[in-house]
Amino acid sequence: MIGEFPGLPAEYSRYLEVESSSLVDTPGSSYRWHVLDNGAQLQAAGIEPVGTLLCVHGNPTWSYLWRSLFAHASKNALPWRIIAVDQLDMGFSERTGLFRRLADRVNDLGDLTDALDLSGPVTTVGHDWGGIISLGWALAHQDQLASVVLTNTAVHPAGFKLPAALQLASHPAVHHWGTTSTAAFLRVTHSLANPALAPDVRAAFMAPYASAARRAGVGNFVADIPFAPEHPSRPALNRISSGIRDLKVPALLLWGPKDPVFSDRYLRDLLGRLPQAQVHRFEGAGHLLAEDRDIASPIFSWLSGPDQERHAAPRSTGGLDYQPMLAQLDARTEDHSPAVVDIFPARSLSWAQLGQRVNDMAKGLEHLGVKPGSRVSLLVPPGIELTTLIYACLRLGAVIVVADAGLGTKGLGRAIKGAGPQFLIGIQRALLGAKALNWPGTRISVQTLPPALAKTLSVRSSVPQLLAAGAAGKPAAGDFAPAAPDADAALLFTSGSTGPAKGVVYTHRQLAAMRDTLAHTYGLQAGSALVAGFAPFALLGPALGATSVTPDMDVTSPKTLSAAALADAAAAVDATVVFASPAALANVLATRDQLSARQRRALENVQLMLSAGAPIPPALADEVQQLTPNASVHTPYGMTEALGVTDIDLAGIRAAGSGNGVCVGTPVAGASISIAVLDEHGEPVLEPSTEPGVTGEILVSAPHVKDRYDRLWITQQHSAAIPGWHRTGDVGHLDEQGRLWVEGRLGHVLRTAAGPITPVRAENLAQAVPGAGRAALVPVGPAGTQSAVIVMETAPAAVKPGLAPAQLSAKVRSAVGAAGIEVAAVLVVPELPTDVRHNSKIDRAHLARWAQSALAGGRISKP
Amino acid sequence: MSPTTPAAARRVLVTGASGMLGGAVAALLRSQGHHARTFQRRPTPGSGDEVLGSLANPADIARAVDSMDAVIHLAAKVSFTVPWEEFASTNIEGTKQLLAAAQHAAIADFVFVSSPSVAHFGEPLAGAPAGTADPERARGNYARSKAAAELYALGCNSGRFRVAAIRPHIVWGPGDTQLVERVLQRAAAGRLPLLDHGAALIDTTYIDNAAAAIVRGLERIEQAKGRALVVTNGEPRPVGELIAGICRAGGVPEPKFSVPGWLARGAGSVIERAWLAAGARGLVYDEPPMTRFLAEQLSTAHWFDQRETHRVLDWTPQVTIDEGLQRLAAHYGGTAG
Repeated sequence: MIGEFPGLPAEYSRYLEVESSSLVDTPGSSYRWHVLDNGAQLQAAGIEPVGTLLCVHGNPTWSYLWRSLFAHASKNALPWRIIAVDQLDMGFSERTGLFRRLADRVNDLGDLTDALDLSGPVTTVGHDWGGIISLGWALAHQDQLASVVLTNTAVHPAGFKLPAALQLASHPAVHHWGTTSTAAFLRVTHSLANPALAPDVRAAFMAPYASAARRAGVGNFVADIPFAPEHPSRPALNRISSGIRDLKVPALLLWGPKDPVFSDRYLRDLLGRLPQAQVHRFEGAGHLLAEDRDIASPIFSWLSGPDQERHAAPRSTGGLDYQPMLAQLDARTEDHSPAVVDIFPARSLSWAQLGQRVNDMAKGLEHLGVKPGSRVSLLVPPGIELTTLIYACLRLGAVIVVADAGLGTKGLGRAIKGAGPQFLIGIQRALLGAKALNWPGTRISVQTLPPALAKTLSVRSSVPQLLAAGAAGKPAAGDFAPAAPDADAALLFTSGSTGPAKGVVYTHRQLAAMRDTLAHTYGLQAGSALVAGFAPFALLGPALGATSVTPDMDVTSPKTLSAAALADAAAAVDATVVFASPAALANVLATRDQLSARQRRALENVQLMLSAGAPIPPALADEVQQLTPNASVHTPYGMTEALGVTDIDLAGIRAAGSGNGVCVGTPVAGASISIAVLDEHGEPVLEPSTEPGVTGEILVSAPHVKDRYDRLWITQQHSAAIPGWHRTGDVGHLDEQGRLWVEGRLGHVLRTAAGPITPVRAENLAQAVPGAGRAALVPVGPAGTQSAVIVMETAPAAVKPGLAPAQLSAKVRSAVGAAGIEVAAVLVVPELPTDVRHNSKIDRAHLARWAQSALAGGRISKP
Repeated sequence: MSPTTPAAARRVLVTGASGMLGGAVAALLRSQGHHARTFQRRPTPGSGDEVLGSLANPADIARAVDSMDAVIHLAAKVSFTVPWEEFASTNIEGTKQLLAAAQHAAIADFVFVSSPSVAHFGEPLAGAPAGTADPERARGNYARSKAAAELYALGCNSGRFRVAAIRPHIVWGPGDTQLVERVLQRAAAGRLPLLDHGAALIDTTYIDNAAAAIVRGLERIEQAKGRALVVTNGEPRPVGELIAGICRAGGVPEPKFSVPGWLARGAGSVIERAWLAAGARGLVYDEPPMTRFLAEQLSTAHWFDQRETHRVLDWTPQVTIDEGLQRLAAHYGGTAG
C-alpha cells in the first residue's frame, strides 16, 4: 500500500506481480504493478458490481487522477468496481528500465487485466495518452467491452501537428532535460489545472516522480509520441485510430477545452470516429479535467442512464404534416414577385431568382466539400446574402451555425470553437477575427478578396466564386437529395446572460415546426410581407413564403433601428407585418418625429407588430400602438431553446393587469406549458403540474423545441430530466385562465427561511414607487436563510451606489411588503448592469454578489 | 406566553435583573405565573423576592439559589474600560461559582445568557449559524470572557443538570442605556458618525423578543440543552437605517456624516487604550466614545440564521422592528417611520 494522499484513502491501494507478455520484455519477466481497486470494499459492503471501470492515466500523472471516481462511488454505494492502474514505469508501479512503446503498453494493460481475472462488462476510462492505450485495450477485449469514456485525449495520426508545448518537450535538445533530468514537464502539466491545484494535491501528483530515475517513464512516454509517419509507434496508433471506427459501444467524451495540447480539434476528430458519442465540453476547464471539474457524477449518471442510444425517439410533430423548409421556394420557381429585399445597399430578388441562387450556392458549397451534416458557421449580417447561405445549407443538409456578434468577440469565439464548424463563411471583419483568434473551419469570404489578403486570412473561396462555380451546372432542386427530417439543421446560441453561451441544435423537422407555429399563431400567409428587424424570426421569411425586407440597421445592435428606416422598409414591400425587439422599438419611438407623411402612412398599413426577444413594457406597447394604429401589437415569450412558447397582445396585457410576475399569455400553436412546482427549498419537483397559482420552473413541450444542447451532455440531461418536457430555467405560474406569468429565472429565486421568493413581482412593485427606475430583487446570505435586497435605479439617477435615502427605502419596503416580501435593505445604483445581446436582461447574479459585498460593510464599489 | 398552570409554575432565580433585559425577563416570568427571584448588588424597586449580593461572594450565591429550581443567568460585566481581570472575575469566575452552587442546590435547569460575539471573529457574518464560542479568537475582553463562561456552562450540561445558552444580539428598547440612549445622546450632540455610510447589514433584537426567547429557552430546555442559540428579530437592516430610526424615534437629528470603517476601527483601538490607561489613573469614569469592538459592530455585517433557534424554541419574535420603533417613539416623544 502507498501512503495516504489528499482525497485518496490508502485502503484502495494494492500491488500485484504480473507476468509480462510484451515484446519489449524477455519472456518470463514479471513486474510489480500498483493499482487502486475498490473490489475489497465492495465485497465488504456486500455490493455485487454490475461492471468494472478500467481507468488509465496519461503522462505524467498516475492513478491518483481518478480518486474522485472512488470517492463518488463509495459515498453513493454504487455497484461499480473501479480499477485505476499505474502504468509500468509510471506512478508507483515498477520501473522496468526499458523503453515501452504504445504497443507494449496496450499489451501490458491486457497482461494486468488477465492477472486480475476481470470478469463481467468493462468500461474503459482514459485521459491523455492513457486514452489511446485504453482504446487499444478496448479493441483487444471487445467481448468484454461495455462502453468507453475519454477525457482530453487524441488518436489522430494524419496531419498530426504537435502542439508547441509538446514539440518543445519532444525536441532532442531539450527532451531529456525537460522530462527526465528535471521535473519541468511534470510542473508544466500540473500548472494546467483551472483553478490551480492545492499544494498538497500537487505534491501528491509529484510523489512517484521524485528523482530522475523515477522519471524515465515520463521521458520515454513523450519520446513515444508518433508524430512522424515513420515513427516506430505509428502503426500501433493507426491500428487504434482506425479500429475504433468499428467500435459500436456507447461512448462518453468529457472535455476541458482550455487544453493547450489536446484541443478541440482532437475532440472533433474523435467525434468523427465515434459518432455515437455523447459529449460534454466544460467551458473554462482544461487538460487536467478530472481536477478542474466533477467528472464522477456525469460518468456514473451516464453509466446508469438509458443513454446508450444517440437520439431519443423522434418526438410528436403536433399533428402537423412535415413540409421541408424549402417547400415554398421550390413551389415558386416561376414567381417573379419579390422574395427578399435589402434597403441598404438597395437590392432585391424574386422568388425565382432566390430559388436559383440558393441552388447555385448549394452546388458551389458542395464542390468545396460541404456535405450533409457539415457544420457551416455563418458570420454574415442579415439580408439577402445570409438568407441565400442559410437556405443553401438547408438544401445540402449542412448544419448552419448562427452565432451573432451580440455575444461579444470573446463569447463569439467561444461559441464557434465549441461548435467546431468545418466551414466558416464571413464578412471581412469576421474573417480577420477568425484568423487572429484561430477559429476553426475552412474560410470562405462573402466578397471576393484580393489574392494577397485572401492568402493572409487563409480564405479558400468566396461567395461570388461559389455561386459562379455552382451556376455552371444550372442546378435545380431535384439535383439535391432531400435532407433527412430528423437530421441536424441549425445550431443557435443562447444569449450567454446566464454563463457561457450554449449551443442549441434544431433538426429540419423542428425548424419547420417553428415556421408552422409562427404561421398558425399569427396567421402569416404565403404572400404576406414582413419587415425583418429581429433576426431569428426574420430568417423564416422564405420558408413562410412571405416577402421579407431587411431595414437599414445594424441588426446586432437593435438600438440602431430608426423610425424612418423602419417606415422605408415597410414601404418598400407594403409590409403588413413587423418583427422587432423592444430595444429597437424604443429607438423607433425616440425618432418618430423625423417621419414624413409618406412614412407615417407606411406604418399605418402594418397589421401585425411583433416585439420579440424580451417582454415589452406595457407603456412602450401603448406608444407602439399609437405609431401603428391599425396593428395588433403582440409579444411572444420564448427562448433560444423554444423560440415561441406563449403569446400575448396589447389588449391581453391590459386585461391581465398586475400580478405575481409578467403575464406572457397563452401557449402558441402546438405548444403546451406546465410547471415543475418549487419545494420549500426552492428546488423544482420533477413532475409537470398545471395547477393554477402554483409557482415553479416553467416547462414547455412543443414540436419546435430544440433537439438538444450541443456538446453539453450534462446540460441536456438536466434540461430533459422530465420526459417530454424542456425545462426552461424560468420560473412562473399558470393562472385560472391558463395564462402564463413569468416570475424570473430559477437561478435567481431567493431561498429564504420562509421559503422561495421569485423576483419579478417585487421588482414591479418597487418600480412603481415614485422616483424609482428599474429595480432588481436579489438575495444576500446563504441559501435557506437568505435576505431580500432591492437594488434599483432612480430618476434622477443616483450619483454613486449606496444605501437608498430613508424615505425611498421606507416606500419601497412598504410597497414590496404588500406582497408579503420583507426587504432587508434598499440600495441605489446609477445604472443596473445588463446583458450584451438584448441590453435588457439584468444580471441579477452579479448584482447579488455586489449587494452581498456592499452590505458586508466597508467601501461600496460600483456594481 | 399564556400563564402557566400552578403545577408548571417554577421558582426561577434571575441574575442581573437590574439591567433592562434581566428586568424584562423577571417581569415576564412573573406575568406568566412563575416565581422569580432576582439577585443583584443594589435593591431594585418593586421587584418582589430579591436577594442582594455579589457573584464574588459564595455565601450570597448560596442564599440566592436556595429553594430555586431554575436559574437564568444574565449578570455580566459589559464595560469597555476595565482590565481583563475584572471581566474574568465577574463573567467567568462568577458564572462558575453560580453553576457550582446551582448544582449543589440540586437545581434542574440553567439558562446562560450569552452573546453572539463569543463566536464573532471580526469577519462579516451573513446568515451565519451560531458557531462555537472561542475565547481565543473572540474580539475584546467582554466577548472573550463570555466565550469562556459559555463553554464552561455548556460543559456542565448533564442528564441531571440541563444547561442552555441563549445569545440575544444587540438588544434595544425604551430605556435602554447601552445602545438607544447612547445613540441619542451622541446624535443630539452632533457627535455620531455613520461608519462606511452605514450600509453594513446587522441583526438586532427588540427587548420583548429577547426576554421572550430567554424564557422560552427555559420552557424548552429539554430541546435546547447543550446548545447555544442566537436570538434576533430576524429582520436584518443596514446599521445606518437603524440608527436613523432610533434618532427619529428619540426626536434628535439623524447622523449626517460618515467616516470610513477602517479609520473608526483604528481610532477605536487607540481611544480604547487611552481610556483604559486614563481609567486606571482615575481620570475618566465613563465609557470611551469609540472602541474597536464597537467600530467593528457598526461597520461589518453580522446577521444570523434563525432557523435552528425558531425550531428548537418553537418560537418566533412577536414585535417587529417597525413596531419596536413605534414604541420607542412613544417613549421618547419622537416619530416613527
